[in-house]
Amino acid sequence: MGFLDIRNVTKSYGSVQVLHRVDVAVEEGEFLVLVGPSGCGKSTLLNMIAGLEVITGGEIAIKGRVINGVHPSKRNIAMVFQSYALYPNMTVGQNMTFGLEMHGVPKPERDVALARVAKLLQIDHLLDRKPGQLSGGQRQRVAMGRALVRNPDVFLFDEPLSNLDAKLRVDMRTEIKKLHQTLKTTIVYVTHDQIEAMTLSTRIAVMNKGHVQQLGTPKEIYDTPANVFVATFMGSPAMNIVPATVVMAGGVPHAAVADADGAVRHLRFSQANLGAWAGMPILLGIRPEAMTDPEGADRKSGNIVAFPNRVGVTEPAGSDTFVTMQLCGKDIVARMRADAEVAPGQVFDFAVNMEKAVAFDPATEERIAP
Amino acid sequence: MSAASQDTAVSTGRVTRAFLYLVLLLFALFYLLPLYVMGINSVKPLAEITGGNMMALPSTWTLDPWRSAWSTAQIGVEPTGLKPYFLNSILMVVPAVVISTIVGALNGYVLTKWRFRGDTWVFGLMLFSCFIPFQIVLIPMAVVLGKLGLAGSVSGLVLVHVVYGIGFTTLYFRNYYASFPTELVRAAMIDGAGFFRIFWRILLPVSGPIAVVSVIWQFTNIWNDFLFGVSFGGTSQPMTVALNNLVQSSTGVKEYNVHFAGAILAALPTLIVYIVAGRYFVRGLMAGSVKG
Repeated sequence: MGFLDIRNVTKSYGSVQVLHRVDVAVEEGEFLVLVGPSGCGKSTLLNMIAGLEVITGGEIAIKGRVINGVHPSKRNIAMVFQSYALYPNMTVGQNMTFGLEMHGVPKPERDVALARVAKLLQIDHLLDRKPGQLSGGQRQRVAMGRALVRNPDVFLFDEPLSNLDAKLRVDMRTEIKKLHQTLKTTIVYVTHDQIEAMTLSTRIAVMNKGHVQQLGTPKEIYDTPANVFVATFMGSPAMNIVPATVVMAGGVPHAAVADADGAVRHLRFSQANLGAWAGMPILLGIRPEAMTDPEGADRKSGNIVAFPNRVGVTEPAGSDTFVTMQLCGKDIVARMRADAEVAPGQVFDFAVNMEKAVAFDPATEERIAP
Repeated sequence: MSAASQDTAVSTGRVTRAFLYLVLLLFALFYLLPLYVMGINSVKPLAEITGGNMMALPSTWTLDPWRSAWSTAQIGVEPTGLKPYFLNSILMVVPAVVISTIVGALNGYVLTKWRFRGDTWVFGLMLFSCFIPFQIVLIPMAVVLGKLGLAGSVSGLVLVHVVYGIGFTTLYFRNYYASFPTELVRAAMIDGAGFFRIFWRILLPVSGPIAVVSVIWQFTNIWNDFLFGVSFGGTSQPMTVALNNLVQSSTGVKEYNVHFAGAILAALPTLIVYIVAGRYFVRGLMAGSVKG
C-alpha cells in the first residue's frame, strides 16, 4: 500500500467512459507525472484526486484513508492550476494565507508560515502586490507558494508551466525539481509535455484514451516503451518505427531492412528472444540518438552495427545535426554530433546502436523485445 | 510637396471639426431645451407663465413653487405636497434594488459555478420573465398580494419589484460570472472556503461594474414605475403616482410652476444615480462582452 493509492478508478460521463480502471500506487516523496495527449484523461484523474470531480468507480486513498466522499478542503492536498487561479482582489500575502485562514489558523501562525515560504520561493518583496501587477513567472511562484504554505500531504500540479514562455518554462522546471529535492514532498503532476515528464518525475504514467499505457521510471519508459504509442509519444524527435522482418544469420536474429536505395541490409539484434520471430514481420524501433556517426556512437555499447545509407536532408540545430533519410520506405531521423561532416545526397556510414533497438508486434503494437 | 498637402489636411480637418462641434452643440441644446423650460418655469410666479413667454427668463425669481410642490401642494384630497410620497418611493426603491441585486448575484453565481441538471432551463425561464409585460401580471399579482396580506403596502410593492427584477439581475450577473475563471472557485474550494465564503470573498469583490449596472437599471425602472404603484400602492403610493395626481388634478387653477418643480423632484434621484455611477455603467455593460 502506498502513500497515495489509486485503486481501480474509473470515470464516466453518462455512458461515455473516459477513464478505464486506473491503478497507481504512489510512495511518499515520489514525483509522479501523468503525461499524455489532450483528452487522455490525465486532468480528470488529477481532479478526482483533488475532489473536484466525482469518482465513478474504484477508490482513492491518501495515507490509507479512503477519500472518495471527502470534501477537497479536508483531503489535505494543495493544487497549482494552469491559470494559477490567484484571487485577483487579494494581495500576494492574502492569496497565500487564504487557505490557512479558511482552516482557522490564527494570524501569528499564518504569518510565520507565509514568511517561511516567501523566503523559500524568493517572493518576500512581492507580498503586498496584487496578482495583476506580477509577471507570469512571479504568478507561478505565488501559486506554488499558496500550495506550499499549507504543508499538505500531496501536491497536485495541473500543467503549471504551459502558460509561460519557453525560456521561463525551462527555468521554472528546474526550480520545481529543486523544490522537490529539498522538500521531499509527494507530487502528482499533469503535463502534455514529454520533456517535462522525463526531467521532473521519479515515475511516469503515460496515458492515452483513458488507459494508463505504461507506468515506470523515466528510464524504463524511454528505453523499454510498452507499446508503439509510448515509444512515439516520449522522446523528441520521436522514435523511428519502421516495418522490418526478422531473419536468422549464424543463429542470431537480424532485422532485415531496406535502405534508401532499396538494398536489403541486416542489422544484428542483441535480443536473442527475437529468434522466435524468425521469418515474421515486426516493427523495429530505433531512437534518433541510437543512429549516429561512428565517432559519436556509444562506446559502451556491445552491438554497434555499421549501416551505410543515403542522406536525405540535414538539419543543423547547433548542439546536434539531425539527418533525415529513408528506411524501409519511411522517413527516419538520425541524431549526429554537431560537427559531423554529412552532406545531403551522400552515402554516409551510420553507426546503429542495436542494443537500444526495440521490437514491436505489428498486430498488437506491444513490445516484444527487449 | 508633401509638406503642403499636410497643411491642407490640417486646415480641412479644422473646418470639419468646427462644423462637427457646431452640429453637436445644436443637438445638445435641442436635447436640453425641455429641461431648460422646466427649470426656468419652476422659479417663476404663476402669473408670469400664464401671461408671458414660456422661454423667457423670470423677471421675479422665486422658490415658492418648489416649496409648494415639496410640502403644501394638493395631492388628491390632501395638501401634503410630494414629501410623503418621495419617502414612500425611497422606502420602496432601496430594499427592492438591494434585494433584487443580491438575489441576482447569487443566481448568477449558482448558474455558472454550481451548475446542476437543467440549469440552462432554469436560466431560460428566468430570462423569459424579462419579456412579460407588466399588464399581464396585474390580476394574478393582485391575488397573490391579497393572499399574503401585503396589498396596498410598501412591502407589497417591494415584493412585486423584486420578483420582476430578478430576471434582469440574474441575466446580468450570470453573463458576468460566466467569464469569471472557474479555476478560482476550485482553488477556493481546495483552500476550504464554502459556498457563501467563495461568493463573498472571491466573486463579490470583483463584481463592482456589473453591480453598478444592476443597481442603475433596477433603480431607474422601479423609481419610474407607475403601473404597479398605482395598482398596488394603496395608501402608500410612490412618487410617480403622486406626481400624476398633482399634475392631472382637474379642479382649481393649473399651477404650472409647481408642476414643473414637482416633475424635476421626481426625476432627480435617477439623475443623481446616473451622474454618480454612469461611467461604471458603460464599463459594466461592456465587461464580458469583449472577452466572451
